[in-house]
Amino acid sequence: MADPAVEDSPHIVIENLCFRRGRKIIFDDLSMRIPRGQVTTVMGPSGSGKTTLLRLVGGQLRPDKGRIWVDGQEVAKLSTRRLYALRKRMGMLFQSGALLTDLSVFENVAFPLREHTDLPEDVLHALVLLKLEAVGLRAARDLDPATLSGGMARRVALARAIALDPDLILYDEPFTGLDPITMGQIVSLIRRTNQSLGLTSVLVSHDVTEAMAISDQVVLIADGRVVDAGPPDELEARASDWSAQFLQGRPDGPVPFHYPGASYRDDLLGQGERRDD
Amino acid sequence: MTDAIASLGRTTINALTVFGRAFIFLIRMLASLDIVFRRFGLTLVQVYSVGVRSLLIIIVSGLFVGMVLAYQGYITLVNFGAAEALGSVVALSLVRELGPVVTALLFAGRAGSALTAELGLMKTTEQLSAMEMMAVNPYRRIFAPRFVAGFLSMPLLAAIFSAVGVMGGYLVGVGLLGVDSGAYFSQMQSMTDWNEDVLSGVIKSIVFGFVVTWIAVFQGFNAQPTSEGISRATTQTVVVSSLAVLGLDFILTGLMFGAG
Repeated sequence: MADPAVEDSPHIVIENLCFRRGRKIIFDDLSMRIPRGQVTTVMGPSGSGKTTLLRLVGGQLRPDKGRIWVDGQEVAKLSTRRLYALRKRMGMLFQSGALLTDLSVFENVAFPLREHTDLPEDVLHALVLLKLEAVGLRAARDLDPATLSGGMARRVALARAIALDPDLILYDEPFTGLDPITMGQIVSLIRRTNQSLGLTSVLVSHDVTEAMAISDQVVLIADGRVVDAGPPDELEARASDWSAQFLQGRPDGPVPFHYPGASYRDDLLGQGERRDD
Repeated sequence: MTDAIASLGRTTINALTVFGRAFIFLIRMLASLDIVFRRFGLTLVQVYSVGVRSLLIIIVSGLFVGMVLAYQGYITLVNFGAAEALGSVVALSLVRELGPVVTALLFAGRAGSALTAELGLMKTTEQLSAMEMMAVNPYRRIFAPRFVAGFLSMPLLAAIFSAVGVMGGYLVGVGLLGVDSGAYFSQMQSMTDWNEDVLSGVIKSIVFGFVVTWIAVFQGFNAQPTSEGISRATTQTVVVSSLAVLGLDFILTGLMFGAG
């Protein structure tokens, strides 16, 4: 890590990515660079493929065209063994938390440690408590994941994601469906984790206020491409019509309120396409 | 007409696709079997969950099937003055056929459906995905131990079913209908052949265990990640594995006894 060339190089590079599901095109020639050691948020409307992007970065999906490098390694070309080695240095926080329901909170956080290390039980115990303390849930270690609230589950999942001290964390919609207090806790946790562990954080989200407040870089995607990218303040200053509509949450604009089709007048006068034809 | 042919073609292709996926799944699972020897604890937990927890239904069913066999057998045998042969009738029916087949059907309903639902729910709640992202291979950590556990438990459960069935037959035949106790067991002993009867039953139960667990684990892995998808996968497990067991039983019986 001491090599300055590595320190300065982007953590994730995506070039000319194309991906489709069936006939639906999700990404069409998408390119972006995610800098090392910063919080980068990928924002876009629902259904714009944000979660798919994380799965492509994590190697769970393969691009149809284009390439993705994580830490200098091209993800789609890695052997299973090397992909798994890369994933050990990558944490992912799922929207639902995705905790293992047959294990307690403690065992969930201990899970990656037990699977990948041979630590003595007392060291493992101390490490798990350390991670749980970092998310404020040390006292909840014996609880069953089914009894946790959404926010608590997400915090446990964060403790699990940082268990192996990764250098990259991917957050899938971390702010969705949280009450204001929990939201504040998650926001501060993401920021604190990024600073104290010096890792690269990638969020996908459509919660504009939180994402703009927390991010060093923001990338806006729509229709399978990058619409705009840059630091949040710059982005707000020079926002295009589309970006302004998205960032300010205006109901109408370049993205119309109405689903495209025949005009209302034509439809009422029976000149539009009739459904019973 | 063309529609009918097209839909027949589509159904066939879909069925073959699922079968192909199931086969690839099996190969990948078999390639991960080393985990069973390295961490036997994982399999042991599953043996408890699919095997031990199925014991109650297996024991109760075995007891009743044995008792009914004794009743029915006695009614027929007594007409020919051969009531003493009751022990061998009960034992042969159980060891050759009813033990493996009924156990496999009950196992599909009790353990197979539970496996499918568990794995389907793990998929729906992204637990399998999360495991992959933690660099843990679900084939090794989740699928292989469950598969081996089912495969090991089935023959043991079938043996318990037959043993309890024999005792049920004894209760009714000897206790209720007055067949001689010594004759019940000595007839059984002399008429039941180790290779031909017991071993053929054991082979059947091993094959059934393999097929039922394979279907159950695959259906869970292949389930659509919705509540409807899980319910469909669970039903499929019970229906497909029951049909597979009955079909395979016919083929295996033909192979084992047909030539003689």
